[in-house]
Amino acid sequence: MNRAATINRWFGRGWLSLGYLFLYLPIATLVLFSFNDSPVPNVWRSFTLKWYAALASDGEMLAGLWLSLKIAVLTACTSVVLGTFAAFALVKYKRFGGRTLFSGMVSAPLVMPEVIVGLSLLLMLVSMQHWLGFPERGLLTIWLGHLLLGLAYATVIVQARLHDLNPQLEEAAMDLGARPWQVFALVTLPMIGQSLLSAWLLTFTLSLDDVVLSQFLSGPGATTMPLVIFSRARLGLNPSVNAVATLIILLVSIGVIAASYLIARHERTRARDMAAAARA
Amino acid sequence: MSAVRSNRALGKFAVIGVPYVWLLIFFLLPFLIIVKISVSEMGAVSVNDLITYKDGVLSLSPRLGNYATVVRDELYFDTYLSSLKYAAVTTVLCLVIGYPFAYFMARARATVQPALLMLVMLPFWTSFLLRVYAWKGLLTEHGWLFDLITASGLDRPLAAANLIPAPGQLMNTPFSLVLGMTYMYLPFMILPLYSNLSKMDLRLLEAASDLGATAWVAFWKITVPLSKAGIIAGSMLVFIPCVGEYVVPELLGGPQTQMIGRTLWDEFFSNNDWPIASTVAVVMILLIIVPLALFNKYQAEATEARS
Repeated sequence: MNRAATINRWFGRGWLSLGYLFLYLPIATLVLFSFNDSPVPNVWRSFTLKWYAALASDGEMLAGLWLSLKIAVLTACTSVVLGTFAAFALVKYKRFGGRTLFSGMVSAPLVMPEVIVGLSLLLMLVSMQHWLGFPERGLLTIWLGHLLLGLAYATVIVQARLHDLNPQLEEAAMDLGARPWQVFALVTLPMIGQSLLSAWLLTFTLSLDDVVLSQFLSGPGATTMPLVIFSRARLGLNPSVNAVATLIILLVSIGVIAASYLIARHERTRARDMAAAARA
Repeated sequence: MSAVRSNRALGKFAVIGVPYVWLLIFFLLPFLIIVKISVSEMGAVSVNDLITYKDGVLSLSPRLGNYATVVRDELYFDTYLSSLKYAAVTTVLCLVIGYPFAYFMARARATVQPALLMLVMLPFWTSFLLRVYAWKGLLTEHGWLFDLITASGLDRPLAAANLIPAPGQLMNTPFSLVLGMTYMYLPFMILPLYSNLSKMDLRLLEAASDLGATAWVAFWKITVPLSKAGIIAGSMLVFIPCVGEYVVPELLGGPQTQMIGRTLWDEFFSNNDWPIASTVAVVMILLIIVPLALFNKYQAEATEARS
């Protein structure tokens, strides 16, 4: 190993370490100070669990959490279904009227500033309510906004997986007499299953976390958990926010690590089966 | 046979039609509505209608007054300018930190790469809002990062560069704003760059080295040009949402760092001025339309190129 390569290797390790420190130190500090018993929220004094105990009787936060969970489950399920439709449309059909407009509309919410999406959707819903008398602002309207965001992310994830599929498998099933819906249910669906799971989890967390769209689209009495957190965080440091943050980070980390472990195991099994099939 | 074919046509129609119609109604139509409202004016309690039908005469009365206000008023103009500036600075910082990061990730041993990738994804999955809030604790007085920066005297050069108003004041400054946005958007830069760099054909670098190029020359002449798509994707994923960012400037920015997302929010929620809020949004769309088109073009190419 020559000297330049050694320097390069150590520089690489150093850069990665600093990068991860930058990504994780704020999160670690946030978690640490959720156990802090001190009149100044960001000066460590002694260990306590009182902020967690206080959360159990924090009605505003719990009501927000319940609403957020309902919206997140609704968003994740509908995003995965509509996103799978959109991904199929983009992968299987190379030509149809207005395809460019369609692919643009699907991916634009990935980057479009949320204030624009929130404002425009709200103003449309307001005029809709004016003419039709519904929908009331609340769970339903927040879900409509989250679905736009979720649809974009779900489409990207499912689309990437569909591209990697071998179309011959579906053609073979078709030649063997399977109906299109049978091909989808028995061949395509099992192969894209894990991308559907990833899409579900990502859109679920996106919805559970969203502030801007929710603020525009929520109505009286419909305050989601991020809106509660945001209104407290605006006023300054608040240990109850640290405690909520710690619980969320814990749950999301467990969920993501467990899901990726399952996916990795699934991949390994499949690779083994394919190798066995090739040998036979 | 014809039944199968018509079934298939029906399937195609549904697969394309359902998401298409959904997006037309809930994504495109709302934009047309804010364009319409931006040329209306605010009545006593509601927005006056643009099109009126009175005494058998249909009349259309667009008011361009809102646009004149937004374009002429220095306050709006400066806010747009500073939003673009902060978004650009954030994008450059993310690229400078993120490119080497993604590069070393992609060149790490294949066995550790999934773990490295997972460690970038995790903060991306955990709450955006809570990670912004985390910086508040670090940068306000008594926070350990605050103590570290002031004790080491690093706040003096920051003040000299006009990033903070005076030594010892870190929160609600351009410094805290840009730091927070860079932190939030760094994974959006790293992920597309990593996926691009990890697919590169390393034999090209061997060929360059066989032909006498140093590692440095090979990096600039081969690796960087080949990762152009990743650089564009990452930069757009950072720049476009940063222009209209609301949460980070609200929690970490200050009066000095007005950004257009906050202006829109205030016009809507505090002033209840829907036409001006809509106008601010329409002008913002005009500012990001070129980067947006670039992003969409890249996004379509990237997925098409995979097949």
